Order: sequence, then C-alpha cells, then structure tokens
Amino acid sequence: MTAHLVEFRVGPAADLPVGEGRAYAAGATMVAVFRLRDGSLRAVSAVCPHAGGPIADGIADSAVVICPMHQHVFDLATGCSKTGQPPLAVYPVRVDDEGELVVGLPD
Amino acid sequence: MERLVVIGNGMAGARTVEEILDRGGRERFAITMFGEEPYGNYNRILLSNVLSGVEDEADIFLNSLPWYEENGITLRAGVRVERIDRFARVVRAADGTVTPYDKLIIATGSRPYVPPIDGMHHPRRGYHQGVFTFRTIDDTRAMIRYARDHERAVVIGGGLLGLEAARGLQQHGVQVTLLHSAATLMNAQLDAQAGAILRRNVESLGITVEVSARTVAVVGRDRVEGVRLADGRTIPSDMVVVAAGIRANVEVAALSGLPVERAILVDDHMRVLDETDIYAVGECVQHRGQTYGLVAPLWEQARVLADQITGRDRTAAYHGSRTATKLKVAGVDVAAMGITTPERDDDEFVVYSEPRRGVYKSVIVRDDRLIGATLLGDVSKVGFLMQAFDRGLPLPEERVRLLFDLGGPPAEESAAELDDGAQVCNCNGVSKGDLVTTVHSGVKTVGGVMDATRAGKGCGSCKSLVAQIVEWAAGGTVEEDPTATWYVPGVPMDKPALMAAIRAQGLKSVSAVFDALAGGREDAKSKMGLVSLLRMMWGEEYQDERGARFINDRVHANIQRDGTFSVVPQMKGGVTTPDQLRRIADVADKYQVPMVKVTGGQRIDLLGIRKEDLPRVWADLDMPSGYAYAKSMRTVKTCVGSEFCRFGVGDSTTLGIAIESRFQGLESPAKMKLAVTGCPRNCAEAYVKDLGVVAIDGGRWEIYVGGAAGAHVRKGDLLATVDSPDEVITLTGRFLQYYRENANWLERTYAFVPRIGIETIRSLIVDDSDGLAAGLDERMAAAVAAYTDPWKEGAAPATAGQFRTALPLLPLPVVPVRERDPA
Repeated sequence: MTAHLVEFRVGPAADLPVGEGRAYAAGATMVAVFRLRDGSLRAVSAVCPHAGGPIADGIADSAVVICPMHQHVFDLATGCSKTGQPPLAVYPVRVDDEGELVVGLPD
Repeated sequence: MERLVVIGNGMAGARTVEEILDRGGRERFAITMFGEEPYGNYNRILLSNVLSGVEDEADIFLNSLPWYEENGITLRAGVRVERIDRFARVVRAADGTVTPYDKLIIATGSRPYVPPIDGMHHPRRGYHQGVFTFRTIDDTRAMIRYARDHERAVVIGGGLLGLEAARGLQQHGVQVTLLHSAATLMNAQLDAQAGAILRRNVESLGITVEVSARTVAVVGRDRVEGVRLADGRTIPSDMVVVAAGIRANVEVAALSGLPVERAILVDDHMRVLDETDIYAVGECVQHRGQTYGLVAPLWEQARVLADQITGRDRTAAYHGSRTATKLKVAGVDVAAMGITTPERDDDEFVVYSEPRRGVYKSVIVRDDRLIGATLLGDVSKVGFLMQAFDRGLPLPEERVRLLFDLGGPPAEESAAELDDGAQVCNCNGVSKGDLVTTVHSGVKTVGGVMDATRAGKGCGSCKSLVAQIVEWAAGGTVEEDPTATWYVPGVPMDKPALMAAIRAQGLKSVSAVFDALAGGREDAKSKMGLVSLLRMMWGEEYQDERGARFINDRVHANIQRDGTFSVVPQMKGGVTTPDQLRRIADVADKYQVPMVKVTGGQRIDLLGIRKEDLPRVWADLDMPSGYAYAKSMRTVKTCVGSEFCRFGVGDSTTLGIAIESRFQGLESPAKMKLAVTGCPRNCAEAYVKDLGVVAIDGGRWEIYVGGAAGAHVRKGDLLATVDSPDEVITLTGRFLQYYRENANWLERTYAFVPRIGIETIRSLIVDDSDGLAAGLDERMAAAVAAYTDPWKEGAAPATAGQFRTALPLLPLPVVPVRERDPA
C-alpha cells in the first residue's frame, strides 16, 4: 500500500506551531498537518467531508481533531470519524534533513 | 504489593473492587474479599424477580466465582468477619483466620430490620420456622420452598420490599395479606393520596391490605397459625414474611471501635472518619448525615473510593446524592423523588389524581426549582422530571406541563408518541429514529448519543427531548453520564472543585491542567472551556496556548460557512459617527467584502473576509474589536432614550455606552448580550437580554437578568431597582462576575439564573448576605483593568502562520454572494 508514494515538501516545519494545524498544498491536494503537543506530526485531508470545513483550523489533541464548522470529530491516526461522517484521508508526514515538512501522497 | 481487604461481597463491595481493577488495581493490590454468603455476588434488587419466578437465580449473578480467580482476587465466601484490629491492621474471621491488610474497605451493607414482635423468636431455636426475612438468596429460596406447601401468608411491611414480597408470594398460589403499620403504603415515598391509589391498585391484584395495622405477636407454638394485631384481631396465616425495612450492618465496625451513628461515618473521600487506611462504601455508610438504600449513590461512592484508594484522582470527592426512584412495584409504575408533601407556605404543590384509573401525579416546586415529585400509574413525564430534579433545569411557566404533555411543539411531546421520522434536533437534522438506532447500537448515555449524532449540539433547545428519547429507547437501562456534572468532559471535576484545584496548584495553562488533573490526557473537547476558565481566573498571568483556542479566538473573527470570517467592529451602544461609517465603507470596498449587514446587536458586520486579510482589515478600520465571535460580553443594545425620544425617561444611550466601555471583551462561560432601554416601551428589548436595564419614571432603573430571545425565549427576572447609573454599573459588574465564577461552561444566563434562583442571586449580590460583594467587585475591577484589544494582534501575530488560510483550493459550498447594489 505504501509502495507508491509521491513525496511533497510543503513548507518549513519551524512555521508549524506546537498544538496547532496548518493547511498545505501537496500538488493538487490540500493537506492539514498538525504538530501535536508531544512534538509528533499528523497529516490528514484538509477538507471536512461533512460540509467542507477547514480541518486545519480545528482543535486537536493527541488522538482527534474537531472540525471548527460543525464539531465533527476525526481520529488523527486513522482518519475515521467518531461522529458518523465519511473518513478523512491520512498521509505519512515527516521532517527532512533541511527542516522541511514532507507529506507522502499515494501515486 | 499492598494488601487490600474488602469486608462484604455484595453489590457495593464488588462494584468498588471492579472500579479499583479498572484503575489498575490488580497491579497494585493483593485483594482479599470476605462474603458472609457462600456465593459470588448477585444483584439483590432482582431477588423479587426470583421470588415471583420472572427470573432464574442464575441470571442475577453479577460476578460468578471464576471472575474472582481471573482477577487474582482471593474470595473467602461464607466466612464472617468478626472483628477488625485497627492497631495490628488485621481482620479476624469466624473461622479463626487472621488476615493482615494495608488498606481496608468495609462494605457490609445492611440487614433486615425486625420489629419487636412476640413469638417470632423461639428462645432456643431462633426464628420460628415459618418466619422469614427477605434479603438474601437463601431467604428467597426458603420462602419459595415454604410457600409451595402452605396456603396463607402475612407480609409485615408495606414499603417497597413488602409489596414486592407480597406480589412474589402470590405467584406461588399463596393467599397474601399485607400489613402496614403506617396509614399510607410506601409512606417514605408517597403522600396519603398517592398511597391510597397504590393501595387500590394492589388490592385489585387480589392482595389483602391492612394499613395502620401494628403486628404485636406471632401466634402458634410449633407452627405459625397467624399474627395478632394491636387492635386484638388475629389474622390466620401459615407463614410470616418480615419486610419492615433495613438497618445498616455496622456490628463489626462498632465492635472494632470505628465511629458509628446510624451507620459508619465517612468523609467525602469515603474514608472512615479519622482513619487513614480504612474506607467504607454502600448502605453501611453515613455521609454528611445521610444513608442511602439505592443503587445510584452506591455507584458514585464506589467511583470516588476507587479514585482515592488507587491515587488515580486525589481530588475525587463524593458530595452526596439526590435520590430518585423509578420502579414497578407489584406491577404498578411508581416514580418518586425529593419530598412528598409541601413544607413551606410558599411551596407550589400541583396535584392530579384519578383514582379510578390508578393514576396520581404531584410535583412540589420551590423558588422555581423542582424539589419533589410523585408519579403513580403513568410515569411518562419521569424523564424530564428526574432531570429537572437532578440538574435544576428551568421549569415551564404553566406547571401543568410538568405533569402532562399538552401537545404543541415537538419538544412537548413524550418520547414514546413521537414518530420515528420526526426531526428532534432542528439544527443538525437528527430524527427520533437516528437517536433510537444509536441507543440500540450500544450507546447508553445521553451525552454519548449527543456526541454520536450531533443532536443537541446546535442551539441546544432540544436537549431535554433528546434525553427523554434516549431514556425511553434504553428502556430504563440508560446509564448515568458521569461527565454530566463536570465542567468539561476531559477533567473529572465540577466547576468549584476544578477552580479550587487550579488555584491550589497554580495551574495557568491548559496543558498544565491536563497534566495535573487528567492524568496527562489532553482532550480537544475540553480545551475551549478551560481556556475561558483560566483566562477568567488568572487574567494577565494566564499562559496562552494557541492551539487550545477555538479558531474564532485564534483569529478574533467569526468563522462562516464557507471558511471566510466576519468582522464586526465595536460600536458602543449602537452609536457611530460619519467617520467610522466612511472607514467601514472604504474597507468594504478595498477588500471586496461580499456582504455588509447590520446585526441584531446594532452593529455593522463585514461578511466574507479572508483569514489572511484580517490583520489589514483591522488596521484599516482602526476600530476596536466588537467580540462578535467570542464567549464574552458582546454588545450593549440601546434605544435613543431621553436624548431624542418623546417618551424616554432615562438616558439609555449614555448608560449603555458606559456599560459597554467598562465590560468590553469580558470573558465568560457563554456569550453575554446586554441592553439598556430608556423607558418601559423597551425598544432595546432589555427584558430578554442576559442583563437588561430599563429606565422607569422618577429617575430610577430596573435591572433584569437571565432573559433570552434566542433558541429559548425567557423574560429576565427583576434583580433590583436602583436610583443611579452608578449603581447600575456596580450591580452589572457584580452579577457578571458572579455568573463568570459560577456558571457551567456554555450555560447562558437564562439557564443559570433559574438554576441558582433569583432570590438567592439577589440576596448574594444586592443585599450581600454572604459578604461576597467586595470580592466580586474587586475581581471584576481587575478583569476590567486587564483588558487589551485582541485586534492589536494583527500587527504582531502570536504564532507563525496565525492568519494563513486553511481554505482548500477546492470549491466549497459558497455562500450566495449578493449583487453589490441591490436593485
């Protein structure tokens, strides 16, 4: 499944504050990347499947993000909704040697 | 490992051990449990079902013997503990064993109360062979055996247990007479009228009932022949069941020198008074003077005890329970809560009685709060009443609605009658069917169903109906939502306890609260509420964590359905100037604002601003924030008052501006909308505001609080009538501060004021009955002094990318954009 990934460098990791999310364009795909309080990163699709809300503007904890539009809850590790919505896509994300955020999208 | 010994293997003891195991107790304790009965533990409440043959003995076991083994618990079933040696820290059992402990839990429950009746005991043989109590499986078995080959039974005691025993014995073909010494059946729960109706219901089942019937003797030497009453009559009978109540089982505790009154005295941590390592739980405890014989309080106690003994939550505390019962007694639905008859002259007592149909309903209301209710035969309103009783919900003005569903809008309909397709939550489009499906899928708490379906998460006006439907769908197995009293769902504390812990431990950031009070588990849903509370408590000392804020509070503007933001500059009292209007118009042009709209709060809303434009929009406007996005003081609506109006009797505009200037941006549990109006014609709608001020003739001002004209409509309660604008400002500040400190998260004043009661609020903040006023004034003054305009943040963003767009490049459902010049 992870065999065919295309990686995108989306921006400097230093500009992503701890505890918050930001939206990035990875090619034609919008990705919301979060830096959790323990420092780890999560990347999910940036658009709430319910009504198009901006997921990157949501409140996150170590497990979930809440869409700011209608408070739908999504698991950051699996993308699954805990409030009965279709899931978000989940993407691998890391920081490369030059401090850039790198998001992997399926080919 | 520490040695934990539990005396008592009934519902309280076993439940407490389950809670301890849930908190990692297996790693921490070597657990030994003593139970007098030679069984695992069972649900004692269901013994009446076993007696009546509805349920099998095997079905009422909660934990069977293998459960103890699987959890590494040593069960000493059938062994009675005789004494605790507190100094040697051991318990001595009847079989001669001595078991040492590090921690001890006493859960000895209660025993049947047997009134002094001649002939019941045989001096040498103990209880007469035809005499039974009704407490254990063995009692039940013995009664069933005896009833099989005997014909007439007398049950002494017309309370819940006696009724259950009578009904159960009847199933075995025995002719039953129920004797009750008081004049009213179930007199602890029912008033005389309800008791009389219950009596008719019970008699219609073929049970003979005698009230005011004091039994003085059991007649018969070798076998029971009857009972003699105080009035001299003899009731012939082959067997006697005594169900005259219970008494806490405190023998071991008393013998061992522990403090005992009616039961074992415990503190809020369920610790026996003045003991460091001995706890007690269940029917054998007395907490703040109260003992409990119901299951719900026991569950609460077990959780607190487990939190304390395992150290999982040192702040856990039991504050007592408000008990409500809902049951089927001898086939009749009965629900009772609080007091049964009015106690004060001004208690409202609403009664409906229909004896022929066996229906009786009464409610007792004091200061607009439900303090007692009795329902018999028809318990369809029990869901709302129990909630109102538990949580102090606002009551309908027409009290009859407490007893009946009178049609009207859906919220008034009872859960059972609603059509499956009926939309319950009109904000999020959730139907009754959706709720029922969720309950049947296994979600058994009201909060859980609301989370899963979004029902009640919009304006909130459907919450009580949602709760009723959940209760109905769960068929009485609805689980208590432990988080209902918590300030936020992720920290197990109510607001006063949470504030005390925050203050005591100096917790100044949201993550510090999670670390100290929630075992390090952060919870996204709790963050907004904690930010608000911490900012209110610490002012400038609060340590901001940007990610904990809702997006509106991160960018100081209100997110709209297309992901853009709306910007509302401050316009104190709705008064503006040509210069301000010109600037607003220029900004609207420059940023191509798709819609410019006058709001209900007398301000101008610029809708459709892109997030990245916010800092420049604020800079160009050069006006302070109007807080149209925050849980805070938003606006003070005014009329023109005396300045131009022919009718105005007070200068409402000036006072409104003064109020808005003083309390601008003030953080609170929910948004606050205020108004000042210049005469009782009320053009500024002050009667339906969180706080409304009305000028009346003679230079005086009325202050109303707790009004609403949103999802709920409520006229505010008159707090005070004062002589000067200065007094208005003082009382406004004091009320707002009291609300800030005491309201639950997102609790608007229309719910808060009725919950506390206007008389209480008036006596606290107007009459200063408890000496709180000076402190409230002082803390409010500090909050006012700490005010800074958040829009200044536009010049120096708080975090990297604060105003970066989160909008996708994909098309979104876009708000229809109007033509710039409507034709």
